[in-house]
Amino acid sequence: MLYREAGDFKTTYRADEQTFPIRSERWLFWTVMVLAFAVVPFFINDYWNKAVLVPFLVWALAALGLNILTGYCGQVSLGTGGFMAVGAFACYKIMTAFPDLNMFIVVVLSGVVTAGVGILFGLPSLRIKGFYLAVATLAAQFFLIWVFNKFPWFYNYSASGQITAPERTILGIAVTGPNSLPWATYLFCLTIVFVFAWVARNLTRGRIGRSWMAIRDMDIAAEIIGVSPLRAKLSAFAISSFYIGMAGALFFSVYLGAAEVTEAFGIDKSFLALFMVIIGGLGSILGSFLGAGFLVLLPVLFKNIMVNQFGWPTDVAAHLQIMLIGGLIIFFLIVEPHGLAQLWRLTKEKLRLWPFPY
Amino acid sequence: MKLTKIAMAGVLAAMVSAPPAMADLVFPALSYRTGPYAPNGIPFADGYADYLTLINERDGGINGEKIRLVECETGYNTEKGVECYESTKGEGALIYQPLSTGITYQLIPKATADGIPVHSMGYGRTSAANGKVFKWVFNYPATYWDGASIAVKHIMDQEGGDLSGKKIALVYHNSAYGKEPIRTLEELSKKHGFELMLIPVDHPGQEQKSQWLQIRRERPDYVLMWGWGVMNSVAVQEAANIRFPMDHFIGIWWSGSENDVEPAGDGANGYKALALANPGGDYPIYEDLQKYVYDAGKSAGDGTHTKEVLYNRGMYAALLAVEAAKKAQEIHDTKQIDAAMMRDGMEALEITSAKMTELGLPEFGPEFSVSCENHGGSGVGKIQQWDASAGEWKVITDWISADREIVDPLIAEDSMAYAQENNIEERCN
Repeated sequence: MLYREAGDFKTTYRADEQTFPIRSERWLFWTVMVLAFAVVPFFINDYWNKAVLVPFLVWALAALGLNILTGYCGQVSLGTGGFMAVGAFACYKIMTAFPDLNMFIVVVLSGVVTAGVGILFGLPSLRIKGFYLAVATLAAQFFLIWVFNKFPWFYNYSASGQITAPERTILGIAVTGPNSLPWATYLFCLTIVFVFAWVARNLTRGRIGRSWMAIRDMDIAAEIIGVSPLRAKLSAFAISSFYIGMAGALFFSVYLGAAEVTEAFGIDKSFLALFMVIIGGLGSILGSFLGAGFLVLLPVLFKNIMVNQFGWPTDVAAHLQIMLIGGLIIFFLIVEPHGLAQLWRLTKEKLRLWPFPY
Repeated sequence: MKLTKIAMAGVLAAMVSAPPAMADLVFPALSYRTGPYAPNGIPFADGYADYLTLINERDGGINGEKIRLVECETGYNTEKGVECYESTKGEGALIYQPLSTGITYQLIPKATADGIPVHSMGYGRTSAANGKVFKWVFNYPATYWDGASIAVKHIMDQEGGDLSGKKIALVYHNSAYGKEPIRTLEELSKKHGFELMLIPVDHPGQEQKSQWLQIRRERPDYVLMWGWGVMNSVAVQEAANIRFPMDHFIGIWWSGSENDVEPAGDGANGYKALALANPGGDYPIYEDLQKYVYDAGKSAGDGTHTKEVLYNRGMYAALLAVEAAKKAQEIHDTKQIDAAMMRDGMEALEITSAKMTELGLPEFGPEFSVSCENHGGSGVGKIQQWDASAGEWKVITDWISADREIVDPLIAEDSMAYAQENNIEERCN
């Protein structure tokens, strides 16, 4: 009923292989995109920008990056926080060293730097797997945070070890710093996330993505049929770190504006990203967004309902919120162990047949 | 997914129907009553809220204008701090007191752009004391660098004026907060010839065995501490465990409340800390608080923290804000002040001992005045010592003033660097 597929014929391979094969879903997608790009910027205020949408987009990008590595290539990583820190500090160093550089280029370059670091820390994955690899990436997390705390060069010798994002522009419009307008920072993040989610989707459908999935499903079999584990694993580490690095750069420069490595990029961030991927759905682009939405937006929603609507004390609300989120995580994982994306997939299947299921 | 849609609709509803802005004086409190820093965050938040309630109940507000306290839980976390700032600033917030150096650093550029004053009382960015550069940020009555200098001065008194060859360790929270005093201590170690040992403790500081093992091995003559939250009580306990002489262990004013020493029992006896103001609850204001707030059932907390150091400090923070608001009303000759007027009031603030007596807190804090150039106040502190058997802090010195020769050039240097980075013109010329 909701999905009317009558008359929606695919006459070419291209049409059959597209990302959204169902016409109404294609429409839904483009409507949401038009809303996000052309309508939201006119209504966005500081609160929606800084407390709701930008954190959501930044975390979606980070979850996307981790999903490439963990969901598609099967390499468990607990180093997300550390890689975000690499992105943030690369961004800071590039911003301060080249003040006139376009911010978009700065963010992409930060991603490139992080990709390099990611390859380095991906090397152990050629020998170790599973939990053992998780421990190796955990080491990356602690090592990177320690490095950024220890050597003052990274934070330009500031007394407190804080890095603060100066004002930087794109085509003369400020996107970082305190004077940036909400629509500008929102559109900046949205554009980056849109472009790179598009890239990720197509990467995972192509040769590289298939080699990742082959490694994930059974690495020995993959090697026998000619997939090079070296290339597959390292490319997954590189591309995943590239995304996470960009997320870290945006997290620091656009979202927070100032950051301190131990507080902003601690181990809790690594877990947060991993939970997003697991709750959203391993090996799913949509899942990255759903997971990020679940863990970023729900706490804000609960806080607003409990404190602003009901007028409950803030500490009671904070504790209840933790319990509620925890309960919901368990609930969703019991209902659907493959994450929110799978839940969406099943709902869609049902809706396609509704009201005449067989 | 359907639930996501319901959730989004809920978000929309929750945000659209935010409470209407009333014509009150809005004082947001970015407090933290949860997480590892709650033991210190709760008494401060209670003190802040109770004082404002007292003003509303006893005086009917500030010159008749009611105060509306908007509390927002940050958990000492910068991301939640951002959320809290953005959600409260639209309600006409007059002043921010985040009680977190990390959040203060975050708010300095934002609040400057939005034109809302930030008062980081005895914390935050030390160089904000230079009002020529930091128009919207205040950190009176004293700064971290004052604190470092005051502690070293006290150690010099103990040692008969000579520190050469001595070893002083700084146990610090490995964050912007804990790193603040390092630069000053380095300068002081050059000047007085003591050796400085840096011992970082990572957030949240529940595990400090290795740090105190290092102290036991290297035997520094004195240990200074910049700690907060659970880190304080753990450090005091560990120091007691290695039998470090407690009177050679000095904490900053954020490591000197009852919560920090009580868990260590008798072991904490003799531990010293700096004091921004006198400890104890022997003030006439408590009679009014009892009458108008506690007995009326309007207190913010459960009443277990009243008269504690941090409760008093929260009250003091609220008091300074209220006095600044009064000043602003006087300057601009209007009762309904906005954030910019509030800033003018803060800049013209003058606290005398006559005024403190009038407010019911005689001999509580130092006398100081704020000016366009100086946002840091008088920069004095006392030393207090814990008496475990009596269960109270005893003040053991008079007001000690910081070594301005060391602190002022550092403030000038750091604030000028900030001005240059952000293209800020000097004011007050």
